[in-house]
Amino acid sequence: MRLSPHLFAFASPARFYALASRVTPGLWIVSIVLALIALYVGFFVAPTDATQGDAYRIVFIHVPAAWMSMVLYLAMAAWAAIGWGLNARLASMFARAIAPTGAMFTFLALWTGALWGRPTWGTWWVWDARLTSELILLFLYLGYLALVESIDDVRRADRAGALLAVVGSVNVPIIYFSVKWWNTLHQGASITMSAAPTMAQTMLVAMGLMTLAFWAYAFAVVFKRTQAIVAERERHARWLSASPA
Amino acid sequence: MSGATQWANAADFFAMGGYGFYVWGAYAVTAACMLIDPLLAARRHRRARAAIDEDDA
Repeated sequence: MRLSPHLFAFASPARFYALASRVTPGLWIVSIVLALIALYVGFFVAPTDATQGDAYRIVFIHVPAAWMSMVLYLAMAAWAAIGWGLNARLASMFARAIAPTGAMFTFLALWTGALWGRPTWGTWWVWDARLTSELILLFLYLGYLALVESIDDVRRADRAGALLAVVGSVNVPIIYFSVKWWNTLHQGASITMSAAPTMAQTMLVAMGLMTLAFWAYAFAVVFKRTQAIVAERERHARWLSASPA
Repeated sequence: MSGATQWANAADFFAMGGYGFYVWGAYAVTAACMLIDPLLAARRHRRARAAIDEDDA
């Protein structure tokens, strides 16, 4: 079977580099506009919660950050595996570019969770399954970053990182289902595929818009960092000198 | 929908019903991190480009 040459056109670092330059400004606009609308709805339209007061408004960043922490981890592991298995350079660069942003969202999920837990549970932290598995996720990101930075040979570093990322991905379903599998202080999922959401409509709108804003943000930052990595690795390729930053 | 009327004034808004420290502490650190991450990525990109320009010179 012959594959169309266009199918893998953007798998070339050079093509990706040009594409990223074109789409990143638009992603920033989308992210900022959506975040501003989400903040407006979250703070000026959504009502004060009957039981939690205004402390619950942390949910509008806590849940999107926690979702991103898991989604980005799976994306990182998948790209790392593709880069390893198919020897695709750009895929390995994506994996590396995702890791810092994924680690940041994991830290933010923990941070906002602590600041929400204190007034509602009376404690910053408990070693329950949800919180502990999310902390392990942060260590997996940091371990991945430390590992790939410690190996000088880029392709070997990519392969070692891929192994760690893929093995660590078993932690993601553990985080997701932890509130079901164990008795946790952390509340269960507010939104599931099988049941009606347990939140007011306006709260859901604010959380949904912020999630989309975080998605656009993640694409924009990861594209930028991938461009940086491409420029570092393809330093001696002729096409880079000719392409605009 | 209660609209923009749920806060009596700016002080009321910043107080967040007594949870201001927690709410603004969460939002401030989130904003700071989400500002620093793209700035670091952009700096890394600029430096990589500068290295290429050096090679060319």
